[in-house]
Parts: sequence; C-alpha cells; structure tokens
Amino acid sequence: MILEGKVPPGALDEKWTKYRSTMPLVAPNNKRRIEIIVVGTGLAGASAAATLGELGYKVKCFTFHDSPRRAHSIAAQGGINAAKNYQNDGDSVYRLFYDTIKGGDYRSREGNVHRLAEASREIIDQCVAQGVPFAREYGGLLANRSFGGVQVSRTFYARGQTGQQLLLGAYQALERQISLGSVTMYNRHEMLDLVTIDGKARGIIARNLLTGKLERHAAHSVVMATGGYGNVYYLSTNAMGCNVSAGWRAVKRGALMANPCYTQIHPTCIPVSGEYQSKLTLMSESLRNDGRVWVPKKKEDVERIREGKLSPVDIAEEDRDYYLERRYPAFGNLVPRDVASRAAKKATDDGFGVNKTGLAVYLDFEAAFERYGKSEAHSSGVHNPDAATVRKMGQKVVEAKYGNLFEMYEKITGENPYETPMKIYPAVHYTMGGIWVDYNLETNIPGLFALGELNFSDHGANRLGASALMQGLADGYFVIPYTIGSFLSKEIRTPAISTDDPAFAAAEEDTRNRIDQLLAVQGKQTVDQFHRRLGLIMWEYCGMSRNATGLQEGRKQIQELRAEFYQDVRVPGSTMEFNPELEKALRVADFMELGEMMMEDALNREESCGGHFREEYQSAEGEAKRNDEDFTYVSAWEWKDGDDSVLHKEPLVFENVELKTRSYK
Amino acid sequence: MSWFSKFLTSSVGKKLIMSLTGLFLIIFLLVHLIGNLQLLADDGGESFNMYAKFMTSNPLIKMTSYGLYFFILLHAIQGLLIWSKNRASGGSKRYSGGRPLSTWAGRNMAGLGTVILVFILLHMWQFWFQYKWGEVASATYDGVEVRDLYEVVRHAFQNVGFVIFYVISMIVIAFHLHHGFQSAFQSLGLNHQKYTPAIKAIGTAYSILIPLGFAVIPLYILFAK
Amino acid sequence: MKLNLKVWRQKNGQAKGGFETHQVVADEHMSFLEMLDVLNQDLIIGGKEPLAFEHDCREGICGACSMVINGRPHGPNKGTTACQLHMRSFKDGDTIHIEPFRAASFPVIRDLVVDRSAFDRIIESGGYVSVNTGQAQDANAIPVEKNQAGESFDAATCIGCGACVAACPNASAMLFVSAKVSHLALLPQGQVEHENRVQSMVTQMDKEGFGACSNTYACEAECPKEISIENIARLNRSYLGASLSSK
Repeated sequence: MILEGKVPPGALDEKWTKYRSTMPLVAPNNKRRIEIIVVGTGLAGASAAATLGELGYKVKCFTFHDSPRRAHSIAAQGGINAAKNYQNDGDSVYRLFYDTIKGGDYRSREGNVHRLAEASREIIDQCVAQGVPFAREYGGLLANRSFGGVQVSRTFYARGQTGQQLLLGAYQALERQISLGSVTMYNRHEMLDLVTIDGKARGIIARNLLTGKLERHAAHSVVMATGGYGNVYYLSTNAMGCNVSAGWRAVKRGALMANPCYTQIHPTCIPVSGEYQSKLTLMSESLRNDGRVWVPKKKEDVERIREGKLSPVDIAEEDRDYYLERRYPAFGNLVPRDVASRAAKKATDDGFGVNKTGLAVYLDFEAAFERYGKSEAHSSGVHNPDAATVRKMGQKVVEAKYGNLFEMYEKITGENPYETPMKIYPAVHYTMGGIWVDYNLETNIPGLFALGELNFSDHGANRLGASALMQGLADGYFVIPYTIGSFLSKEIRTPAISTDDPAFAAAEEDTRNRIDQLLAVQGKQTVDQFHRRLGLIMWEYCGMSRNATGLQEGRKQIQELRAEFYQDVRVPGSTMEFNPELEKALRVADFMELGEMMMEDALNREESCGGHFREEYQSAEGEAKRNDEDFTYVSAWEWKDGDDSVLHKEPLVFENVELKTRSYK
Repeated sequence: MSWFSKFLTSSVGKKLIMSLTGLFLIIFLLVHLIGNLQLLADDGGESFNMYAKFMTSNPLIKMTSYGLYFFILLHAIQGLLIWSKNRASGGSKRYSGGRPLSTWAGRNMAGLGTVILVFILLHMWQFWFQYKWGEVASATYDGVEVRDLYEVVRHAFQNVGFVIFYVISMIVIAFHLHHGFQSAFQSLGLNHQKYTPAIKAIGTAYSILIPLGFAVIPLYILFAK
Repeated sequence: MKLNLKVWRQKNGQAKGGFETHQVVADEHMSFLEMLDVLNQDLIIGGKEPLAFEHDCREGICGACSMVINGRPHGPNKGTTACQLHMRSFKDGDTIHIEPFRAASFPVIRDLVVDRSAFDRIIESGGYVSVNTGQAQDANAIPVEKNQAGESFDAATCIGCGACVAACPNASAMLFVSAKVSHLALLPQGQVEHENRVQSMVTQMDKEGFGACSNTYACEAECPKEISIENIARLNRSYLGASLSSK
C-alpha cells in the first residue's frame, strides 16, 4: 500500500492558508442533507461535532458516557500552548512548530505540525470568546506559564484545571448545537464496529449501554475522536473507561495503526501504593516550573528513608542529588517528559528510590517557597522577614498557583506536600501513536477521519506538555471542518445511506457474535484480572525501556494471555441489559490485540526516539540514540488476523528543519 | 403566560414571594411586640386598651392590617405549594447511616410554619375575633369608652395550659425566624461575604429576642398578677 | 481492615430496591472505589451480579462518581468526590451505608447508577455563549479583572456530579444552575446573553422537576468543588432583574 501524506506543496507557512482557500467546499443546501457521525465527545470530538453542526451538516454524536462532559479531556491539568507571544519573549508560530518537531524527536510530519502551531492562536481566541476563564494578570490580560521542553512562556491555563475548562467550553458549544437541532446526541452508546460500503466509511454499529440493543447508524462520513490507548498498560493516568475499541474496530476493518509503540510516560505521577491500585494520578507538569526533582546522594540515607527513620527535610543540601539540574543544566527540571522519565528510572534503577517499593523520587518546593516568599515580602513592604514568614508567604503563592494539585496529592497519599516533598514516579500518560491519517486527517479508509489523541499525526515520538489540548481543539475546531470537505464535496450526489445495506447486517452480526463468544466462556477469572496481567506484561516489556528479547517474550506472553482469556474469562449478566463488565470485556479483548501490535512495532523500530527507548540503542551517557538513516518514517501497521501485522512505511520528509540530536544539556 | 405569572410560578419567583412576605411579617412582629409590651405597664390596662383602640380605628393601620392578612395567607399558601412540589421532587430525607449537613429548622420550615399558622388562627379567634365581635366588657379612660381587651388577655394568660401552648408557639416561631431571617435575604439575592455575616448575626439575635419578648408577657401575667 | 457494607441494590428504575449486606477486606491506602472494586471481584467470582456504580477519571474531575456514603453524597470528607475518598477515613469494623443519589429527576438505572441527563438539558437550554467557531476577536481584546476571572473560574469548576441535588432535602438543582449562570455572568463575554440565559435555564430546571431552593445550604456543604451559595444569590437577583427588565 502506498501511503500518501497529502501535505500540500508550497512554503511551510503558506501551505495551510493556501490549501484552505482552494479546498473544495460543500454548498449550504447540500450540507443540510449530508450526515456525519462523530464518535467521542472529548476536546476533539465535541469541538468537531459543534463546529460541523454550526456549518450546517446533520451531525450524530456518540459517547459511551452518561454525558459528553465526562470525556477524559476534562482531567488535563496544566494548560494549552499557543504561539501568541503575549509575553514578548520571542515566541512565534515557527518557534512553536520547531519546538514541537524537536520535542517529538523528528518523527512527525512538518506540514501537520506547522498547521497546528498556526491554529493554536485561533484556539485561544475561540475559547476566550466562549467564556473559558483562563488565568489573568492584574491588568486583566491573559497570563502564561512555561512548560517542559521549551524556553518561552506560551502556556495558557485555568489554575490546574485547564482541560476541564476547555472541555466545558466545547461541551457547551455542543449543547448549543443540540438545542438548535443540528446535532443529535447519543449518550451511553458505545461504537462497537465500523461499517464500510464500497470501501467507504458509511456508519457504525453502536450498543445502547442501557438496553444492550445493537443499533445501526448510517452517515456519509464517520469522524472518530475516541482518545488514546494508554489503558493497555492497565495502570495509567487515563480514566477507567478510556479504551482503544472504536479505533481498533476501524483497524480491523482495514485502517492502519501508526507508530503504536510511541507511548508517553509522564514523569510526575503519584507512585503506585499497592496491588489493588486501579489508576494513577498525574501531578501536572507545570509543577516542574517550581519544583526541584532530587534523590539522596547517599545509599544509607535512602535506606533510612525507606525504613521511616529519616525525613527528607532533614537531608542536607549537599547530600541531595538534583539529577535533572546536574545532567541537563540548560533545561534543568524542565526537560521534556521522556527525558525526565528516563532520568527518574535511572535514579531508581541505581537504587536511589525513596519509598518502600523503591519506585519514587522527590519533587521539592522548598526553593520556590523561599523565592516567592522573598518577593512577596518585598512587594508587601516587609523588610528583613524571618525565614518562617518568608516560607509562609511563599507557600501562599504556591497555593494560589497549584492549590488544587497539592490538595489532590494530600487526599491520595495522606501526606502534606507543603511540609514534606512530594513523591513522584513516571506513569503511562499519553499515546502519540494512533490511527494513521493524512494531512486531511482522513484515514486510509475513505470517509473515515480520526482526530485528537486517536490519530498519530502531530507529536512524533514524544509530546510536549500542554500540546494535547492544543491538538485536540485544533483538529476539531479548525482542521476537520475544512478538510472533511475534501471527501464530502464528492458525495453531494450520494443519497442518505440506508441501514438496510447488507454491510450493516453483517457488521451487526459480527458484533453480536463477539459479545456472545465472551458471555459464553463463563470461566473463573474476571476481566480485571486479565487486564491487570496484560498491563504488567506491557509495562515490563514495552514500558519505559525496551529490548528485542523482551519484546519477543512480551509478544508471546500476550498471545498466551489472549488464548487464556477466551478460555477462562467470566463475564456476568447478559447482553440485553446494562452490563459494565461486558463493556470492559470487549475493550480488554481489543487491548490484547493492540498490545501485540505495539510489541511488533517496538521490535521493528531499531532506534531510540522520544518515548520509545531501545536499550540496544543508547549513547555512552545513556541518552537515546536515533537512527535517522533507517527510521525516518512512520510505521503504519495493517492488522492480519492470526498472523504478523504488515508494515507500511510513510517516509518523513524534512524540508525546513535540520535533523539534530536532541540535546537539553 | 405573561412574564409576571411566569415569574411568580417559577421556583425562583415563588421563593421571592416567600422572602418579601416573610420580611414584612418579620417587621410586623416587631411592631406587634412593641404594642404587646404595654401589657406590662402597671396602669390597669389603660395604655394597652388605648393602643388596641388606636390600632383598630386608624384607617391607615386598618388598610395595613388587610395587607397583613393577605401576606400571611400568601406566605402560608405559597409555602405549602413549595413544600408539596419539593416533596414530589424526592429529596434527600431518606438516606441511611448518617445525618445531613443542614439545620433542622431549615429542613422543617413547612412543619414549623404550619404550627405557627394554627397558632395564628387560634390567636385571632381568641383575641381579635373576640375584640371585634365577642362579648367584651368596657372600660372608660378620661371619658373615652373602649373595649377592655386587657381583661381578655389577662384572663387568657391566667390559664397555665394556654400559657404553655403560647410559649411553645414562640419557640417554634424562634426556629422559623432563625432560618427565615437570613434565608429571606438569600432569596432576594443579597449574599455577600462583607455583609452576610452581619445579616446572620442580626437574624440570630432577632429570632431569639422577639419570641422571648412575646413569651415573657404571659409568664409575667401568670406569675406576677 | 474489615468492613461491613450495606449497599443499595436495585435491578432497574421500576424495581423496588433494598439494602444488601457484604463484608469486604480493604487496605487503608485504597480509594473508596478501589474498595468497591474488591467487592465486585468477589461478587463476580462468587457467581453473583457485581454492584453497578458510575466512575471514570477517579481523580475527582469528571463528575461520574455519584453515591451517598453514610448519608452524605461523596462521603464524609469535605470537598472530596467519592473517587478521591480513601479508606484511611474509615476504621476497621465500620459499617458503611452506600446508596444512590436520590431525586425524582435522577431516576435510578441500576444499583448506584442514576440518570443525570437533566443536567445536560439544562445546559442545552442556555448554558453557553452563542459564538460560532472562527468568529472570535483576539483573546486579549477582552480584559477581565483578575479577581473577577477568579470568581468566574470558581463557579466554573462545577463537575456536574449532582451531589448538590442529592444533598438537598428538596432535590433542588439551584447550585448547579447558579454555578453555570455565575461562571458566564462574571465574564464580559457571557454578559451579552445573560438575561435570556438565566430565564431559560431556570425554566428548564423547573421543567425537569427539581425542587425549589429553601436555603438549607446542604448543597454547599456537600459540593466536592465547594461551590459557594453566593452563586445562588446571584441567580436569584439575576432572575428577578431579568424578569423585570428583559423584553
């Protein structure tokens, strides 16, 4: 299969403008007849559904949640990037483009990334107009903060709840379209299959989660925005319901999965506390603006901390190893996520982990308390304040910035982070890989589009902080409304698609068989038990660092687990009712197949880049070693039942950026 | 539906009616108490009886009193309508294993209000109706003949059972006021961190002092006269 | 730690529900929902129906979790959702009552799962700024005073969980509605449609069958995001103002 990125020709900064202005359009009278299915209501899905509705298309929107507002975009904390240069610190569209390409370790498409950087500015305008309450300066203008991997302040934020505010903005825009009748909302409906007719995406099979009924929904085009697949690791910062199933069903119908091994392990999460753990909680990357990461220098201090005999606050400054500042003086604690995570792994692998399991490092705010306290004392006219006053004043400032995060930390761990440093450890957070799409965000199945975290296109091998929200909203508000025209302008003569088409009956039958198969096993292990085991395999062999032997072993273990799953899983209840265990079982079944493909992809990519670190390919200092000669391509995998997946390559062409070894030193 | 009836039948509008009528009744209580305190004067009832005559003959006050009856009825009827709608909305009263985080009075305003309504009806029958149409002896002060309401009141407050009922009713009013006072301001939309603490403090003082003032009178008459 | 759970079981909206007793062995570091996970694993292995409860992000922001724990929505801790409640808030041997949110406008679907779509319909009735994509001016063209933006944000942190309704003896949705009205009213962008918004949202709220606010403030006490009843006061005066002045 020849993969064509379809990036328009021309100078980098003119591609999108020109393409947008010359793209075929659909006339308003035709829009009214054309139906579009949008699956997912996160930032990308909700903004796409709302905008397509505004444009006059007939939109049907689906979510498995009870309300569109529950999508996991809501949990994003830190912020959203935009090249506004409001801080006058040298930011520009090009710099955001460059940072994103570099941050992604040169494994993303130039054209897509530049378009993203351009759209970033419009996103902020749009969100402010919708009433998103971003943080403000005293003069009433928008405030910014900096995030990992960059040296400018371009992150817009709403305390530690930016994702929530942005999603509510998109959700409200969606609700407005629902009230106007241009969008029909289907809550508690889960997409279980994609229907293609004559090779084009023409509908979905959705299960009504309340009644269990399988429903057929037809449209001229299907837009999927169903998020990432981090839950393949079982433990991740994703919500419990996040899953790959919608995307995976598309893969099983012929869509390609691109770079599935690129997973982002976020460096600042609350460490695992026990086997019962159901999910991990992120502490926003913005904390690294003010927090310093360290472990003790001496092994005996580590021992005494683990035994509970020593408190970290009693360790002298010279006995602490601020390893990020030591190893990466240029960026310090603000190195990109992949670098920070691997550094934490190295510190704990070397035996310096600071909790009972040995899998935690400190994130310390003492220096910030002092710095802010001094400045606060100065501006409020307190001269020569004592240390306690400074600390208190500094804590107030930190509280205003990150209060909700500190509170969340205390609720989960029972420890007060104002008094003792936070303990953190990397955890699976985001998946850069996803469904392969071209410049139009169209998959290799005509009429099927993938947006947001579900697609692979913008973040390369590593995503920079505060870029996920940007991409989700860019795709939904500013890209798909235009690019969908490239497909739909050819469909204006197509009458409404009928659900009586045999393709619908066949897909429905397939889905029913899958459900019946799972319910028929009635084995002895629960779905969660399988999911946990899958997660352990993935984390062990395809986690923060990978090697060829491990990946082969991991793949074998997943195959065995999958066989066992269909022999011994126990799914209670029946199909024609509200049955959350059945929903989970279907999702875990898909995760197992995906997990295997991730191993294949990681094995094929014989280099270290971004979130993908192959132990065989590293420098003497333990830094990732990319192989641009052989691997400057997108791996797009085609699923083959019961056989190896087939690799299709899309070469990555860099016309504007010189490929360099990423250095944050 | 006109905007006015739409407003009045909305849940927010209904509460506004409760608030405005409630505030009127709150003020009325103060006026009523000032009058009643004349029962404590040691003049054989003269000042109280003169006051009663004034209150029933001044046309302006007469007008106001019709307003008062209307507001009492409106407050009561609207209150019961809200209560029945709120019951139908199936709130939180049925949880097991713990107590709700709200005041008892706040949750039982309708019950308290019903007790107060019964008290008011009885009160009206006993004093107001008797004064207007009952057989009441006369008293003459400086040549002016008035009906001797003082005697009616004194007689009633000699009855221990009635005094107990009266005092309990005042306690009920105290609870009703304690929630109602600050609640009236909230329903009007007056809540601000600057002045709401003051409203609450005044409300608490008011809800204790006014009923206490009323309750002291029968107790004084029962024990001292 | 050993716990005695009295959990509400109800097959569907029509069925009559009741409490069922179960024993669970939990760890004090578990979250409350992880403790329920343990219960469900036991139930499934034992061939019984697992307890249905709604949950998703498990970090206190999606608003999916919705249960009454010992008489209180989201349990005993202030400003905490059920998913963020940890077992260290309980003692070994405790009996814990777990029930669904109760309100006529939140019909039970199964066990602890209730239908809160009434909230979506209230937002649909006007809880937005009517601005199409691409129509916006530059973001810094609209200055917003810092504290006012902060107050707007505080109201906007509502997670739409419905604890306010569940806590209210009248099942009133005033805190939810007023939080959205306040969030938008406090920003210049939201002022334009303010009067229409407040009227249509109140009308929809009444239509959904929520009760009237009787100022018990249980909602504020139980709100996991600690949204202030000052918002309700703002809604009250806005509604009065809008009714008097809108045309």
